[in-house]
Amino acid sequence: MDINLLQASNTPVPRDLPLDLPLPEWLLVTLLVLSFLLHIIFVKLMVGGSILTLFAEIKGLRNNDYDVFAYEIAKTVTVNKSMAVVLGVAPLLSINTLYTVYFYSANALTGLAWFMIIPLVTIAFLLTYLHKYTWKAMVNYKCLHISIIALAVFIFLIVPTIFLTNVNLMLFPERWAYIKGFMSALILPNVLPRYMEFLGACLTVTGIFIVWYNGRKSYPVGRLYQTFNRNTLKRMGYYVTTFGLGLQIIFGIVVMISLPAKGINFEVLELMVFGGIMLFVALWFSWKALSADSEQKRDNQFWKVMTSILFFILVYGGSRQLYREQALHKHRDLIAAKTEAFERLSKAAREHQVDDGTNVEVDPALGDLAQGTALFKQNCASCHKEKQRLVGPPVQEMAKIYYGNEEGLKNWIKVPGKKRADFPQMPGFPQLSDEELTEITKYVLSVK
Amino acid sequence: MDFPMFHLDWLNDRFLIAAVAIIHVMINHGLAVGFIPYVTWLEFKGVQRAGKDQIVDWHWDELIHNKMKVGFIITTTIGAMTGVGIWFTVALVSPSSIGSLIRVFYWAWFTEWLVFVTEVVLISIYYLTWTSANRSLRSKLKHIRFGAFLSIASWITMVIIVSILSFMMDPGNWNTHKSLFNGFTNPIYIPQLFFRTPVAMLMGGVFGMLLTTLFTKKESILRSQVIKLGGKWVLGWTPFALAGAIYYWNAMPEAMKANMSTAVGSMDFAQYYDVLKYVIIGATVLSILLAGWAIWKPQRLNVGVVIVPCLFIFGFLGIFERVREFVRKPYVIGGYMYSNLLREEDYPLYKKDGILKHATYTSVHEITSENMVEAGQNVFMLTCSRCHTSNGINSVVNVFEKMYGRGKPLDEESMTAYIPNMHQGRTFMPPFPGNKKELEALVAYIKHLQETGESLSGAQTDGIVVNPMQNSEQSTKMYADTLSVSRR
Repeated sequence: MDINLLQASNTPVPRDLPLDLPLPEWLLVTLLVLSFLLHIIFVKLMVGGSILTLFAEIKGLRNNDYDVFAYEIAKTVTVNKSMAVVLGVAPLLSINTLYTVYFYSANALTGLAWFMIIPLVTIAFLLTYLHKYTWKAMVNYKCLHISIIALAVFIFLIVPTIFLTNVNLMLFPERWAYIKGFMSALILPNVLPRYMEFLGACLTVTGIFIVWYNGRKSYPVGRLYQTFNRNTLKRMGYYVTTFGLGLQIIFGIVVMISLPAKGINFEVLELMVFGGIMLFVALWFSWKALSADSEQKRDNQFWKVMTSILFFILVYGGSRQLYREQALHKHRDLIAAKTEAFERLSKAAREHQVDDGTNVEVDPALGDLAQGTALFKQNCASCHKEKQRLVGPPVQEMAKIYYGNEEGLKNWIKVPGKKRADFPQMPGFPQLSDEELTEITKYVLSVK
Repeated sequence: MDFPMFHLDWLNDRFLIAAVAIIHVMINHGLAVGFIPYVTWLEFKGVQRAGKDQIVDWHWDELIHNKMKVGFIITTTIGAMTGVGIWFTVALVSPSSIGSLIRVFYWAWFTEWLVFVTEVVLISIYYLTWTSANRSLRSKLKHIRFGAFLSIASWITMVIIVSILSFMMDPGNWNTHKSLFNGFTNPIYIPQLFFRTPVAMLMGGVFGMLLTTLFTKKESILRSQVIKLGGKWVLGWTPFALAGAIYYWNAMPEAMKANMSTAVGSMDFAQYYDVLKYVIIGATVLSILLAGWAIWKPQRLNVGVVIVPCLFIFGFLGIFERVREFVRKPYVIGGYMYSNLLREEDYPLYKKDGILKHATYTSVHEITSENMVEAGQNVFMLTCSRCHTSNGINSVVNVFEKMYGRGKPLDEESMTAYIPNMHQGRTFMPPFPGNKKELEALVAYIKHLQETGESLSGAQTDGIVVNPMQNSEQSTKMYADTLSVSRR
């Protein structure tokens, strides 16, 4: 094993749930990667869209067409955000199934932040609706209106750090013992560079979305805008995409350099380099579209940019999955071995049960009362002593009250009522059989 | 035990799940399953009421559209997020149980997800195309048909999720054949669906009425007319809701008894069950009163009057959910996993070796007289903390003081005698899993808690301590053979 021994003494090896995966692993992995990519595209449209809305609305203070542009993007954000949430459920299910121990452990270690995702995102969503539906009503309170979306953007910028921290932390069980809350997990290597790369990707995807959205024949650009036409809007889209791709390339390189060595192998590296090349290709086409001197030439680049970005996303998703596999496979082997060993131990213990001293034994010396005494100890003794009050009254008192009334005592034990104001009510024992009740009663009534 | 223990020491971990889940169920039942058919029905009424050369009664249509807007915004924000939130909170508090359920119910949840995606897409289309559909009678009727579609999709999410809920309450099946089919054939399935469907309709109608009173002026004729129709809706569904509730109420103990849920026999269940009876009567009477008022005196109805039954009927569902949760005890997955997240079949091993030895995360693995309290704290975290806190809601000190007298020093001897047997009397409690030494340590810790009022932090703030018997150095040594085999 090549796990560093110093780390080894603090690397936990938990047991996995001893249940089979619901599908073959490769199928689950495929579902995970594909459903995740679909989810993340809408997340990027949501985050990137809200950033652009904010930016354009501020610019709109001087040029009304920007205000219209901001409003038009804002309308797409509220739809994309709904898609982002529902599409997130499938990858969540799959990662829970595939990486149960790793994912849940990371969640618990960053628990408060992890839970905060729910209220934070809910608030951000409500803010985007508030912002969209008060556009006309708040036209005279523009700054206030802008601060609504600014707050939503702020939340949208925080939430991805929590997700990234979790999917990063789950890969490094050797770090778990050193984590004290979310912040300490956030500063692990690789989280922040990946976050910056993600922000770049948000702009890339949103930019190309804007190009497509404004290029649709049925979309009434002429009616909406005074000075903007289709061409200017498309150019803005490419502008954003080019900028985003630039960010992705810069931080992509930082991601590669800061990637902990544990999960790297040649396959991962090859895929990453290939992804990087795709980014450069996308950037080249996007730049050509941006600098084109006619709408026709610009449009010619659309599918090239689109395809290279989609290709990059696929390659990137694949490389992350490979990295995950590579980083965890030895630890997963250990977990599997341990889970199996534990199952064997558990089975052996089940088959040869030993008395741990908490089970009450029947003492044959007590003769006729032996059974009843044992049952009393097991079921009643934690609340009733012979001569003193504990939780309930002493046995001596019961013997007096029920003298000669065996049936009455049996009924009471089965379904007790409340007689004494200063005592807590006794729980019923309907699970005891009639024979058991007879034995207990025999013992109780024998106490003097 | 194998997961770092997230723990909220004042609020109680279960409370977190309950709060998120109840909000979600209320929105799902009240604002999706029940509200959408109600809105679609009113939208259709708007067409029926239109004048000769009109497509729709415009004022009417605008009001219904606005009501739908509220439903749309709430379901796609709080509704959707609390749905995801259930996954998040359960994963934090109860990872072993949800992890196990997902491995078995992956396809059920995957199907649920597909329906859920469809529902969100449909609800967005339904709401966002409302205005553009108003250009012709043809497109308006198409839009209404679409609403009917959406109503069915929402109802199907309920059909699936109720099956998962039912399965979890049916212990026998987990150990025999774990399949979703058992969820549908479960004795509690049909009663639950019969109960939830009309109650959702009722909730949708009452919530809709609340919105009507909010969105219209008091003296307007439109308001009276919409309220009147709403009253008819509520009145129409009330008998079904009542019948469903009685059906469910009657089926619950029978079904649970058949499944040997011990909690059903307990005093606490009897209390809940009894309260439920009055709640059913109360909710029915309130619905009829509200509906009657809405039909006979619609102009006299205002926000203040509607909000009370609205809250009450939403609460009605909440109480049913609470009881449903309770009857599962002492299990979280019937017959398989106790609510302390330990599997029943592992108990003999824990009894033999103690739980600390097998715990991945504990700061004590060997109990001595010096580390009793610290060991007890670890035992508490591993075996009690899913339901109990140190000094907050449902605190362990409080439950003992309730028995032995408030404010009196806890008697260690009595507690040591009580804990190993508590599941006999308190049948909703799982048996104590640890050995004798761990029992003594736990008692020492509880006593210490009573004396100091100390609190207990979870892994989310204090992190974890890896048990030296469960680290990778140990494991590598122990499983070297198996590992080399699996490598090949």
